[in-house]
Amino acid sequence: MTFDQILFYVFSFWFIASSLAMIFSRNAAKAVLFLILSFFSAASIWILLEAEFLAITLILVYVGAVMVLFLFVIKMLNIDKSTLRAKFAGYLPLGLVVAIIIVAEMALVLGSNQFGLEVIAAPARHAADYSNITVLAMQLYTDYVYPFELAAVLLLIAIIAAITLVHKNEGNRKSQNISEQVSVKAKDRVRLVSIVTPDKGGKS
Amino acid sequence: MISLSDYLILSAIIFCIGLVGIFVNRTNIITLLMCVELILVAVNTNFIAFSYFLGNEAGQIFVFFILTVAAAEVAIGLAILTLLFRNKGSISVDVTNSLRG
Repeated sequence: MTFDQILFYVFSFWFIASSLAMIFSRNAAKAVLFLILSFFSAASIWILLEAEFLAITLILVYVGAVMVLFLFVIKMLNIDKSTLRAKFAGYLPLGLVVAIIIVAEMALVLGSNQFGLEVIAAPARHAADYSNITVLAMQLYTDYVYPFELAAVLLLIAIIAAITLVHKNEGNRKSQNISEQVSVKAKDRVRLVSIVTPDKGGKS
Repeated sequence: MISLSDYLILSAIIFCIGLVGIFVNRTNIITLLMCVELILVAVNTNFIAFSYFLGNEAGQIFVFFILTVAAAEVAIGLAILTLLFRNKGSISVDVTNSLRG
């Protein structure tokens, strides 16, 4: 067993174990922490696959921003723990049966007969001066520049939608009255005061 | 060496764990959102594995966009969740039955 394989099995073990712990944990905050662990394991597996930029992005964006957002919401909402797991066992047998059947079917389809090393050989590792970010950027800013800008617009829409959904008490909102601003006259705004200076008279 | 089928079966297992999480979880919607995240990470692992083994970087570009969409989805989902908690006082799945589905 090579070192790569040992790493792969260690990361896979933690990935699967923390995902299982995430879906079966009673506490939502603990579930978020387990999900962070499984994201770290996923990022490690992505680094094994030489996708360094995406692995770092997964950690920075997901663990750094999205999971912290989850934790914020969980702490903010103050979920009642006594009502948790009320109907937990009701759907568990059916869910397990469905999941085991899906895993078995996918293992049949995706087994080593179809996607093994004999069919698709593992490519050689890149040299140490290979830059994953350069390769991605060369594609992202040439061939995929319109999807990139669409993604930016999508994030803008998400910001606007989230703010609009959560924003409360409309009476407090500050807004512009455009017609009032346009039709304003100078005499409404500027007050001309004539200041009478006392005549000193000595210097003339 | 690690073959492609190892990665694919790993992501199939993670996908099914996320699916079971959606099945069994009747208590809060936050865990449902987290299960969706898990499913997306499994799909992304598929994309990256194929991208590595086929030597084509387009898969990684696709993962980039999936991450963007997932971030937007989480932001809006948590906003809806906050709104739901404000209106109903709970985020249990059983409470959200006003559409009679």
